Amino acid sequence: MAVRTLAKSKASTLLSLFMVFLKIGAFTWGGGYGMLPLIKTEVVDKRKWITSEAFLDGVAVAESIPGAIAVNSATFVGNKVMGTAGALVAALGAVLPSYVALILVSAFFLSFRELAPVQNFFRGAVPAVAALPVNAVIDLGKEALKRYTEVIIAAALLILLIFFHIHPILIIVIAGILGLFAKGRK
Amino acid sequence: MILIELFYAFVRIGLFAFGGGDATLPLIEKIIINELGWLSYGEFTQVVAIAQLTPGPIAINAATYVGYRLAGVLGATIATFAVCVPSIMLIIAVMRILKRFQTNSGVDKFLKGLRPAVIALIAAAAYSIAITGQGIADVKGIVIALVSFAILRTHKLDPVLVLLLAGISGVVVYL
Repeated sequence: MAVRTLAKSKASTLLSLFMVFLKIGAFTWGGGYGMLPLIKTEVVDKRKWITSEAFLDGVAVAESIPGAIAVNSATFVGNKVMGTAGALVAALGAVLPSYVALILVSAFFLSFRELAPVQNFFRGAVPAVAALPVNAVIDLGKEALKRYTEVIIAAALLILLIFFHIHPILIIVIAGILGLFAKGRK
Repeated sequence: MILIELFYAFVRIGLFAFGGGDATLPLIEKIIINELGWLSYGEFTQVVAIAQLTPGPIAINAATYVGYRLAGVLGATIATFAVCVPSIMLIIAVMRILKRFQTNSGVDKFLKGLRPAVIALIAAAAYSIAITGQGIADVKGIVIALVSFAILRTHKLDPVLVLLLAGISGVVVYL
């Protein structure tokens, strides 16, 4: 009986992982980074599957490994919540909407492109996509940056990224090395 | 056989695409256009345009599109699978390794040091979304961005709902 209940709760967690990432995948507009705030809202704030710190670790891993950041983050969260099965289910959920949409659009491309309202929809939606990370950064910063030095490092790295076009991987390596020199903390 | 070629080409793209969409485009250009001649530059521009009108990361959009054009739904499935496989396997492997070394104080310090970097990366995403592609192109876009931000800060609304509302307001104001 207990075994069956356990199997049932596992199956339902897998299903909710799939559904959450299906939703996130469907609303990843304007590139994979747009997806990160959505993931944070769903898995950290709403469902409390992982902490803010674990989420940031996940983004760091997702960023250091080749591949689409959206799929990588989905795999990380899935793996954290339910191991390999969770990873696969979350990645599948994240990819499926884009896969279906692309096949539909490829099949009906010309008629789709001529649809001005669709284009206007995205002209309106993309500025909101840009607002999402700003919002997420404020929340994450409050939760995860506990020292002034960390805030200063984050600001300096942001400047390197935006104005000097330093590659994200290099940014991660620099930050990790700075971390090695930081004084111990809990 | 075309399915195997598709698989191989997109495994390579999946394996070497570091650092998000901006880094992926040149790689797709090199392998799919220059090396294999599967897309013309005109079609490539189309793929980028489609990518802006559909959900999902550009690498996956490109894989599905090229796969579909060359070998139908099966081709789309294989190419999409291929582009995801390397990173999924790597993530699972890296997480196993990290778990093993988590108690190592050097690894722990390195990981904690990454937090400011990740926050900077997410902040930079706002900037790159705003300036690339359609982005925030005019005063209407700026207003939509500011209003969305204000709503997100003051209400516990699902961000997805904010995106939908912004999209609908786009249909209205750009009419």
